[in-house]
Amino acid sequence: MAAEGTAKGRAGRAGSYGIIALFTIFSAFPFYWMLITTFKSTPDLLKRGNNPFLLNEPPTLEHLKVLFHDTLFGQWIWNTLFVGVLVVAITLLLAVPAGYALARVMGRTGEHLGIGIFLTYLVPPTLLFIPMSRIIGDLGLQDSLWSLVLVYPSFTIPFSTWLLMGFFKAIPKDLEEAAMIDGLSRFGAFVKVVIPISVAGILTTVIFTLTLVMQEFVYAITFITAVRNMTVSVGVPTFLVHGDVYFWGSLMAGCFISSVPVALLYNFFVDRFVTGFTMGAVKG
Amino acid sequence: MATPERGASSQAPAKSLGGLLDRPEWLGPLMIGPAVLFIVLVVGIPFLLALYYSVSDISMGDRTMRFVGLKNFIAVAGTSNFQTSIVNTFVFAIVSQILVIVFGTALALALLREFRGKWFIRFLLLLPWVAPISLGTIGWLWIFDSTYSVLNWALEALGLITPQGWYMWLGIPYLAMGSVIAVHVWRILPLATVILLAGLSSIPQDIHDAALVDGAGYWRHLTQITVPLIRPIMLVAGLFGLVFAFTDMIVIFVLTRGGPYDTTQVLSTLAFFTGIQGGDIAEGAAIALFLFPMLLAVAIGFLRVARRAEVV
Repeated sequence: MAAEGTAKGRAGRAGSYGIIALFTIFSAFPFYWMLITTFKSTPDLLKRGNNPFLLNEPPTLEHLKVLFHDTLFGQWIWNTLFVGVLVVAITLLLAVPAGYALARVMGRTGEHLGIGIFLTYLVPPTLLFIPMSRIIGDLGLQDSLWSLVLVYPSFTIPFSTWLLMGFFKAIPKDLEEAAMIDGLSRFGAFVKVVIPISVAGILTTVIFTLTLVMQEFVYAITFITAVRNMTVSVGVPTFLVHGDVYFWGSLMAGCFISSVPVALLYNFFVDRFVTGFTMGAVKG
Repeated sequence: MATPERGASSQAPAKSLGGLLDRPEWLGPLMIGPAVLFIVLVVGIPFLLALYYSVSDISMGDRTMRFVGLKNFIAVAGTSNFQTSIVNTFVFAIVSQILVIVFGTALALALLREFRGKWFIRFLLLLPWVAPISLGTIGWLWIFDSTYSVLNWALEALGLITPQGWYMWLGIPYLAMGSVIAVHVWRILPLATVILLAGLSSIPQDIHDAALVDGAGYWRHLTQITVPLIRPIMLVAGLFGLVFAFTDMIVIFVLTRGGPYDTTQVLSTLAFFTGIQGGDIAEGAAIALFLFPMLLAVAIGFLRVARRAEVV
């Protein structure tokens, strides 16, 4: 804002960097904490005199060994991926056509319906989990991963439909019109022209659906009580925290391993996500 | 179908699916129908059931559901842990949301500058939002640990507390509330920041230049130009944040389970403990429904923002 080089500009810059540094530490510290705890030997962890920010004894792989050999961590990751892939498939199958219909086919009605669909995303699991657990029980899906496959699209579809609607609106209309003049129907143009050029938008939707699935906790803890069938977000905090004995090393290793890779992936797509999310409030 | 074509002639008789797909009045509903149907089945019906449960006498063992009117609501509203929870819900949601908007705006303004390594800084700032929240919160559980808290260690190293004066972060009423609010802010701040940053970046540079030429100072510029221009997007960020804060139970569930002595119990955790773990489905549903008016208010706010954006 103020010109660089002046005293005021320098003060402004220092202030900005100070704010950024402060919040970066606040945001990242717990993850640093997970990482260093992962490699600390147990005596080091439990000695109050040791500087906790550093490794006071040689690093150990003990906690990782425990995590992968003595817990079902690997199984939980597999379960999460299983649910994730199926939910992504269901979400794309329903949300891609819906997003396109809202953006292009239905005009004014589409806009209102779009907002209506988005509002269902605001209905939280905490309002629905009680009847949902009854329904899941009646369907015989209690303790089954299929219960999550069935229920998760209830928030991924509204969200993805809204996101995809934004992407489809940004595609120039001429492209479809040209294809339709060449003899394709509108649906044909959608399948053969619009979908191929929307790969980036669809990929973004895939990433966000996956992160939503990884994040979900409330339904998973309500429906699944068998340790074998847990997802990562429930298995790690409930099974590894048992009674008074906390396996902090393995616990932190599990947290770190299941959060940072997803975060890296997500980082590449966050700008598109913001564009979709804020559509209507920011133009362009 | 043998419905006559309206207006323009169509070469193919519209009896096949392909024919239907050519007509927008059919194509639209066909494309959106499955998604809408799914949402009605998986969101709409459970929601209606939640409404019905709350006025019935359903419970875990008993399959009959008799209509009992507002009995559950009255029973729930009279309990002291419900009353504490409703106050806590507001304190938790409003305090955390104010902090998120203030910090998020400050951080977004700072991030408008270009600097080297911005990509990496942004990655670090986003971590709390992207990482599965139950796992991030476990990280905090270890940070707040009553015996080995790194916060206490640091405070002692700085000479602010004695070895005997270590805080039980999650064990003392006001500290526990402060801790869960801090973790919630930690988790929502990245989302608010990226949304606000998008808003700030969309302000045309001319407007800033014009203000500079007119000699507006930093604070005047901020309060009279920048903030009014990003107000709609601030509202969006704030509304989302409020929804999360009102309805989310993960942070509190993992850190305190509503304790100590219900001082961090909110409606969502109380509904879980009553309806799922306690097996009193009817009362649990009634508690959860108290969230609904708040969500309705947020939805109306959201619609107003959307409408304004359409008009402009």
